[in-house]
Amino acid sequence: TPLMAEKLGLGRPALPDEIAAWDIDIATDGSNLPAGSGDVLVGEELFADYCAVCHGDFAEGVDNWPKLAGGADTLDHEDPLKTVGSYWPYLSTTFDYVRRSMPFGNAQTLSDDEVYAIVAYILYSNDLVDDDFVLSNETFAGVELPNAGGFIVDDRAETEYPNFTERCMSDCKDSVEITMRAAVLDVTPEETKARTIQAMVEATNPR
Amino acid sequence: MSDEFEGVKPSRRSFLTGAAAAGAAIGTAGAASAEGERLITEVQDWASGLGDGVDATPYGMPIEFEGDVVRRNVEWLTADTISSINFTPIHALDGTITPQGCAFERHHSGAIELKKSDYRLMINGLVDTPLVFTYEDLERFPRSQQTFFLECAANTGMEWAGAQLNGAQFTHGMIHNMEYTGVSLRTLLEEAGLPTDLTGKWVYVEGADASSNGRSIPIEKALDDCMVAFKANGEALRKEHGYPVRLVVPGWEGNMWVKWLRRIEIMDAPVESREETSKYTDTLEDGTSRKWTWVMDAKSIVTSPSPQAPIKHGKGPLVITGLAWSGNGAITGVDVTLDGGKTWQEARLAEPGKKMALTRFYLDIDWDGQEMFLQSRAIDETGYVQPTKDQLREVRGLNSIYHNNCIQTWWVKADGEAENVEIS
Repeated sequence: TPLMAEKLGLGRPALPDEIAAWDIDIATDGSNLPAGSGDVLVGEELFADYCAVCHGDFAEGVDNWPKLAGGADTLDHEDPLKTVGSYWPYLSTTFDYVRRSMPFGNAQTLSDDEVYAIVAYILYSNDLVDDDFVLSNETFAGVELPNAGGFIVDDRAETEYPNFTERCMSDCKDSVEITMRAAVLDVTPEETKARTIQAMVEATNPR
Repeated sequence: MSDEFEGVKPSRRSFLTGAAAAGAAIGTAGAASAEGERLITEVQDWASGLGDGVDATPYGMPIEFEGDVVRRNVEWLTADTISSINFTPIHALDGTITPQGCAFERHHSGAIELKKSDYRLMINGLVDTPLVFTYEDLERFPRSQQTFFLECAANTGMEWAGAQLNGAQFTHGMIHNMEYTGVSLRTLLEEAGLPTDLTGKWVYVEGADASSNGRSIPIEKALDDCMVAFKANGEALRKEHGYPVRLVVPGWEGNMWVKWLRRIEIMDAPVESREETSKYTDTLEDGTSRKWTWVMDAKSIVTSPSPQAPIKHGKGPLVITGLAWSGNGAITGVDVTLDGGKTWQEARLAEPGKKMALTRFYLDIDWDGQEMFLQSRAIDETGYVQPTKDQLREVRGLNSIYHNNCIQTWWVKADGEAENVEIS
């Protein structure tokens, strides 16, 4: 139970319009979505105008920019492709993130209806809805993303910590051999090696 | 060099310029001729003429000879430099406090410029009175001062698949350690009035930048040791580190240390924002992914000798030094091996470990000039011992991206050069 702290009387009450301007996060069940709607075809046009330069006409990604579609059933592969369709658990995140932070370099310029349409197009690009689908605050709850059940809460305390307690000090192993050397970058890496690095880099692309 | 990879590879020269140039220029004592060393026998300019006046440098930068002690980025890591990362030159630093000017940066929509006069912090959600604070308001709350490391969740992430980048700066440099001054998050939340029943409550924090970087934090952590900080290492936060105000989340992954902090919301559920679903989730071998892997586990690295800090002085006395840290408390010990883990010896901690802060270790040896396989192994107050990469891979596979706290190996050759390797 928290202590009842003595208040200092600093700050001022936040006004409803101020809260509405900044508090735009969307709950996972979509319960606090703004009223609005957009369909796949409108979304396709908007995506072409605002998004495709980086994310590709079909949300497949350009160069190192994030791929938003594809990768279904690749999460247990050697090189998983993580997209809205293959990886993201909640559609609320897509709406929230697009409305809040996209387009990159021109964030918070899309209307709510435009965000609905773009998210509808991203769903369509992932083969999750038909081309006549209309996404709205009412149809939102009917969409479940494929990887919704794909996450577990951090379990290191059970799966790792009990096993990482050994501290051998002597006679710990018989031999030591080099099994891998760093890609020394003034030497031409083998093409496969270089491709591996490049693929890994793309997979870890922070965006 | 194949043309295909021109332009996507950082040049080795840019990695090593400073270290190599500096090494070449340093003579060793005893190289004097019979007449003695001119540096000593002849009057030098600096011993005769005048240096700079006290008005020459109102705010100083390091001397030019330290030009290699700078942040570096690796171009091919990210699509552009705005949502990207750079690296602290840990190979060249000592002690534990990271100079702010070369402390790493990680932005998702660039380092923004936000004046104190334009700064506002909102607290809303399940509070008695939603509040807006100015910067000046924050400076009137009772302050605390604490030193903590901030480590990016992706630090060492490029090394999961193998030994890739040749330098401690690049393998372990997504980290800094600063002395923060600010207000406890708890104090600010209590000013707004917390709910009586805090069971299952969460705090959502977001920044003023376009990326927002919103993250959900369980209320227990928020009320425990989080800080709303406005000073680091004695002065205002640097622009790139969140000026004028950032969140400090001791021991937890750097992504949660929201910069340019603008809003804190008390909620009854996590938001499951982009930065805790698409990113900062750790995929295991079977395709399921861990979420909410907040704590950074115990970790260490030998910073010298290392690929960017080769041994230039030949055999004899050698200082092996490095850093250790844990998000689960204080470092209690660091072991070092010279033979790839056959035998270990306890290093000396420069100071007793502090909770969730960097700890400097030293091991002084008499180097016989033979090759070494250098490793360090951290132990924290919970009894956790830093694992090998193989131990981690066994549990997680190769695709978890984040939270790679494995033991690092430097192969130090007879010529004193070092390389990033993996060993059996």
